[in-house]
Amino acid sequence: MNQVAAQNVEAGLPAQSELEKTIASVLDKARLAGATAAEAAISAETGFCVTARMGEVETVEHNRDNGLGITVYFGHRKGSASTTDTSEQGIISSVQAACDIARYTAEDKCAGPADKENLATEFIDLDMNHPWAVDTNAAIELAIQCEAAALEYDKRITNSEGGSVSSHTGLRVYGNSHGFLNGYASSYHSASCAVIAEDDSGMERDYWYSSSRQAEALEDMASIGHKAAERTLSRLGAQRLGTRKAPILFSADVAASLLGHFVSAIRGSSLYRKASFMLDRVDEQIFAEHIRIHEQPHLLAALGSAPFDNEGVVTTPRDLVTEGVLQGYVLDSYSARRLGLKTTGNAGGVHNLTIEPGELDAQGLLKKMDTGLLVTELMGSAVNGVTGDYSRGAAGFWVEAGEIQYPVAEITIAGHLNDMYKNMVAVGNDVDLRRNTRTGSILLEEMTIAGE
Amino acid sequence: MSNMLELAQNQLLVPAGLDENDLQKVLDQLMQNNVDAADLYFQLSRNESWSLEDGIVKDGRYNIDQGVGVRAICGEKTGFAYSDAIQFPALTQAANAARAIAHSGGNGKSQILVKGVGHDLYTPNDPLASMTADEKVSLLHAADAAARAADPRVKEVTVSLSASHDTILIAAADGTLAGDVRPLIRLNVNVIVEQNGKREQGGHGGGGRRGYEYFINQSAAEAFAQEAVRQALVNLDAVPAPAGSMDVVLGPGWPGVLLHEAVGHGLEGDFNRKGSSAFSGRIGEQVAAKGVTVVDNGTLADRRGSLNIDDEGTPTQETVLIEDGILKGYMQDKMNAGLMGVKSTGNGRRESYGYLPMPRMTNTYMQPGDKDPQEIIASIEKGLYAVNFGGGQVDITSGKFVFSASEAYLVENGKITAPVKGATLIGNGPDVMNRITMIGNDLELDTGVGTCGKEGQSVPVGVGQPTLRIDGITVGGTGGE
Repeated sequence: MNQVAAQNVEAGLPAQSELEKTIASVLDKARLAGATAAEAAISAETGFCVTARMGEVETVEHNRDNGLGITVYFGHRKGSASTTDTSEQGIISSVQAACDIARYTAEDKCAGPADKENLATEFIDLDMNHPWAVDTNAAIELAIQCEAAALEYDKRITNSEGGSVSSHTGLRVYGNSHGFLNGYASSYHSASCAVIAEDDSGMERDYWYSSSRQAEALEDMASIGHKAAERTLSRLGAQRLGTRKAPILFSADVAASLLGHFVSAIRGSSLYRKASFMLDRVDEQIFAEHIRIHEQPHLLAALGSAPFDNEGVVTTPRDLVTEGVLQGYVLDSYSARRLGLKTTGNAGGVHNLTIEPGELDAQGLLKKMDTGLLVTELMGSAVNGVTGDYSRGAAGFWVEAGEIQYPVAEITIAGHLNDMYKNMVAVGNDVDLRRNTRTGSILLEEMTIAGE
Repeated sequence: MSNMLELAQNQLLVPAGLDENDLQKVLDQLMQNNVDAADLYFQLSRNESWSLEDGIVKDGRYNIDQGVGVRAICGEKTGFAYSDAIQFPALTQAANAARAIAHSGGNGKSQILVKGVGHDLYTPNDPLASMTADEKVSLLHAADAAARAADPRVKEVTVSLSASHDTILIAAADGTLAGDVRPLIRLNVNVIVEQNGKREQGGHGGGGRRGYEYFINQSAAEAFAQEAVRQALVNLDAVPAPAGSMDVVLGPGWPGVLLHEAVGHGLEGDFNRKGSSAFSGRIGEQVAAKGVTVVDNGTLADRRGSLNIDDEGTPTQETVLIEDGILKGYMQDKMNAGLMGVKSTGNGRRESYGYLPMPRMTNTYMQPGDKDPQEIIASIEKGLYAVNFGGGQVDITSGKFVFSASEAYLVENGKITAPVKGATLIGNGPDVMNRITMIGNDLELDTGVGTCGKEGQSVPVGVGQPTLRIDGITVGGTGGE
């Protein structure tokens, strides 16, 4: 047993070789049932989440999850089943259920596992698994510290939704009837704090969090608590704005959603259904000329890294947008076949989607905007992926002469994603690394603000 | 109802060789620490979904999930563990992990389990078996054909059909022993229409706690398809929505998502116990305009949000939240009710055995008033008439909420004029509820499509309302005021 395997067993996870055996047996059963092709994935995860509120432990949740998913193909007919029961009997029932379904689905010539030549053959260690040697008692202490830092920060912090610490380790193995069989372990840890501030103007709530595959890379508990407190206090006394057009600066933690809408629109399933405003726009200028958006699937220990996608297809670093021009789509094997293209290794999504940071930091962007709206929260989702029309609830700060003037709330911002992408004035270097999308703050030339 | 419990025992306990004595033993084990309350939640869930695209049924999925969740409560502290294996050793292991929340050395014992009685709101039959696979495929094709026949501008049609059969059993240290068998079905049609190179989408769906035959009896495939196409075509002609504060008329039924966001979440017991809601400590106060009565009712037959018992074994009920504008009560689960010195209202719900229960809505709606809906529209000089919505979201602490119109029209001089593009509406819950100036006589509940998310847990819910006039709410379009 190597070191990683030893760590897994210690964490209460099965050895990878056990899961590989299970997948091999699932694929075998599918073949015996007459399937001409099959693919299956199995996962095991263990961990906990603790919450402390007002200085006392509030919840201790122990998680232990198993999942098995199988898809069988009879020629070009497909059926799928999934279960949490990974016993021999559970596997037999699931394979049977998937085969039963495939008797009723229609021939679809694009259906099937990924083509063999696209599968990963070399498996780089992406340093994804860093189990955290912390027990629930120690985690509770951390959660208490985190919350205490927020509660002590200012007397207007009057209430709390608590501090939380969670740690999870998981193992996932994927295999298909081309002979692909591989998997890897990964860990995910997070710490967060949410508090409530109150003054004559009313109550406001906000939060801050840190997440990483490595516990030592988590932000300091006191710092998380302080940021949660500062963010909450800064919202007190929020005003509305009159309806107007103005420049908009999306703070780094909300800017990721702009890229999320972009990825949805260039995803294969949106394109072949013609449910996207980005149809047939490769080689077209979509973003401002200074914008580069790329995928970095092989960053060590990063949250969105993966050596292969959910179909075993090798992942590759690539540009989605170069100098503002759309270079390609986000495809899995099925949607690629539908579009007459090659899979881009995105079954399951994009990997560390990155918008190249510019020169300015958050402060510099405020100065560059001069007068406008800094958006720090978005609510609701009236974003139409077919037309690109965009309208969302927002909260943030009104800025004049590059300085924050006062908090604003109960307003909406609206526009069209085509205009928003073309009119990206600058991307900040204040990159938020807490998720799969890596972006700094993004300054847009103008949107419509609706308020009083 | 004892029938439901029996069904649940046969499904969940008998195959594992467990009986009531075993459950009592595990509960006693939990109560040995200084634990105030404890429960076991057994579940077996089977789901299927079928989808049609490009005129063919391409995909079918089946899922089976079972397990048991074990919870121990000590004051405001909760310990929780679960296992996907329903067997005695796994139960005792989970119980040991959960009870570690409390100090050892107590000598509590659980109450003797007493069979509970709940409602009889839906038939416990397995909806997955309510039709043959061939019939399911035919139903999908019928919806596809109806959508394509409705208008030549229909270019893409996707149809999905799904069902779940959920069997649960709850045993609690307070003596609760109850079971429920919950069917749930859903049919959805989505279309893309195209005209002169311009594309738009529309969608419609429905369902409830029934068997699939409901869709046949209601000609749902055809009706949903035609409604989806109608919506998409309306949006082809949509002009930019106005921006700014204006008078708005909300249509009946699904626009009740307004109530779900503006007041529903803020009246859940956990937030009010902790004092984090904009409605905290305001029982007896005027929080909405006179004439506004809002209830949460888990006892409506066959409804998506209904339950015979909640996930703590408490029978669901009709809870008056706001009566004639006055805040009357909160929605409670056992833990928050206990800490606030009131009784559970049967609103303790959880996504599955792998999650902790908390106060959640069931079917939340406003009682009708006396106004003719036409009279309400005619009363608007310049404003918006919004009849269909996407989702919504609320910040329960500040009271700010949004909901997104997907079908809306300009109203000028009392007449409905041009359709407008989708737009977000934003307001402050208590403030907006006081700006309701007219209430229609046309209460409708939604067609059975609502899913509510809270702290990462999704549960099926219902909403409803009559036609409403709200004065001065912010509409987030791009057009002029």
